[in-house]
Amino acid sequence: MKSYLLLIIGMAIVTYLPRLIPLIALNNRKINKRVEDFLSLIPYTSLSILIIRGILTAGDGMMVATIVGVGIAGIISYIKGNLVLSVLSGILLSFIVLNIPM
Amino acid sequence: MKRDKNIKKEIKESIILALPIVIGYFPIAMAFGLLSKNTLLSFRDTSLLSSLVYAGASQFMALDLIKAGVSSSSIVLATFLLNLRHMMMTASLAVELKEIPKKYIPLVSFGITDETFSVISFNKEKISLGFVLLLNILSYASWNIGTIVGYGVGEILPSSLQSSLNVGLYAMFAALLFPEIKKSKNILFIALISVLIYITLFYSRIFTSGWDIIVGVVISSLLGLKILDHSKGEV
Repeated sequence: MKSYLLLIIGMAIVTYLPRLIPLIALNNRKINKRVEDFLSLIPYTSLSILIIRGILTAGDGMMVATIVGVGIAGIISYIKGNLVLSVLSGILLSFIVLNIPM
Repeated sequence: MKRDKNIKKEIKESIILALPIVIGYFPIAMAFGLLSKNTLLSFRDTSLLSSLVYAGASQFMALDLIKAGVSSSSIVLATFLLNLRHMMMTASLAVELKEIPKKYIPLVSFGITDETFSVISFNKEKISLGFVLLLNILSYASWNIGTIVGYGVGEILPSSLQSSLNVGLYAMFAALLFPEIKKSKNILFIALISVLIYITLFYSRIFTSGWDIIVGVVISSLLGLKILDHSKGEV
């Protein structure tokens, strides 16, 4: 079996640095209000984008199940605000959709 | 005594918040372990990918590229682009994590993924060293144990179950985002704009995978600032 040790170390470094550098660079520094507002929007924009990306890249046969799972999880969390229940319902419903004979 | 109770409550709350990640990571990590075995990676390399790189999307991508015969340096570059988004995420957390002692920052930042970032961002009032570390450790454990189990016995899961468990992470993203929409109309607009911008970027294929996420997040967050200016509102 081929060893991929060097590749893995390279991947580990380029994955870790983007996680680490902002926390070190911004720690204890006064951040401009405008920049802080921009950063505070990132959770909303990145989540929206990760969701739509997940749907767009789901591939044949998975797209409907992903939309249904995401939709039901969104609706339940909107009404109930319960994360675990929402996620489990999403999984269950997408499983049902995948097993409906077409 | 009261302090003990508070710590117990904190631990319980942290575990509950970590649960969706733990549930979501395990089967995906299993799928990764199985695929890695089928890509002819050794058990050592497979578990090192999960324990040292610890980035789901990049690990799957790496298998794809290895299978396609792409050079190691190109795979490292692609991984960098795909994970650059974490830079914006940890930057966005920097203000919130100020309370955390400096010596723990290298450890805390290692555990920042799309999922832990989301849970931390939307539970800002609960942020403490204990909460963040516990969330990170449980998620990390689930990912790594899942990888090992998948490499060992991944074949036993029916593929439709694997796929639907995969949806779990997106369901979690939605379950974190939707209650926020209830709090402010601005967030609804910002979420819709982000979706439209990403769809445009995705189909226009101007940017390669990885860059499209970063450009999308930057453009939509800048537009979001304009929306906030316009309504003179806070998030």
